[in-house]
Amino acid sequence: MTPERRGALAALSLVAACVPARAATIQVTMQNMDISPAIVAAKVGDTIEWTNKDVLMHSATARNGDFDVNLPPKQTGSIVLKKAGSVDYYCRYHPNMKATIDVAP
Amino acid sequence: MFVRSSAALAVICLSSSIALAQATKLTDPQIAHIAYTAGEIDIKAAKQALDKASSKQVKQFAQDMVRDHEAVNKQALDLVKKLKVTPEDNDTSKALSKQASEKLAELDKLKGAAFDKAYVENEVAYHKTVNNALETQLIPSASNAELKGLLQTGLKIFQGHEQHAEHVEAELK
Repeated sequence: MTPERRGALAALSLVAACVPARAATIQVTMQNMDISPAIVAAKVGDTIEWTNKDVLMHSATARNGDFDVNLPPKQTGSIVLKKAGSVDYYCRYHPNMKATIDVAP
Repeated sequence: MFVRSSAALAVICLSSSIALAQATKLTDPQIAHIAYTAGEIDIKAAKQALDKASSKQVKQFAQDMVRDHEAVNKQALDLVKKLKVTPEDNDTSKALSKQASEKLAELDKLKGAAFDKAYVENEVAYHKTVNNALETQLIPSASNAELKGLLQTGLKIFQGHEQHAEHVEAELK
């Protein structure tokens, strides 16, 4: 292998190493006044998509103020996780509905 | 005399739980009527609270009750329409409505924090009573699977309301 080719290959693998692992979309369901799964593990850059299967209005409201997503009946809503940490959230209309997202860097 | 003693009996039953006066099994049209009536009662109570409550938290709770019970009752109406069932008035619905209007009148005399406390206490008790009736009588008696399903969903929702009401009650103390 010529030095030029070796260099090109190294550059290529460097690019590959820099592209982060594909961000995932994590599904969370709100149904019968319950959030499932109640705890999800995610990474920065992942998307959380909530589906409200109830006939009631729900919300995904972070206790720390990071997000507040309104989820009308039979609709979905999503956010992209921007920072690491554990975020507790609840439904504004039904405060007994609670869940957690653990976000890894 | 007979009339008077059965009325007295109805009152006794009401004080502990919903007076399910019927000795015979409830029919689906009657169950639909009872469930719908129970929802309407809570909407009326919540509208009174929106007018009279002083605590922001209590008002918020009342708003949640209006929103949810209207949504569930709309589902119920859609279902009875689809099933071509006509809800049928019955002694249980009548007893519920009578008890509810008495409660509305009683709460109407209260003001400020006293109203808030009485409303929330009644919401806890009312949801307990209705949930118990759903669990032990209305759901087991329902014949139609879709009606049973809706009642089961309703029970989940109203159990959530019961917890929410208990939480508000604790915060008021």
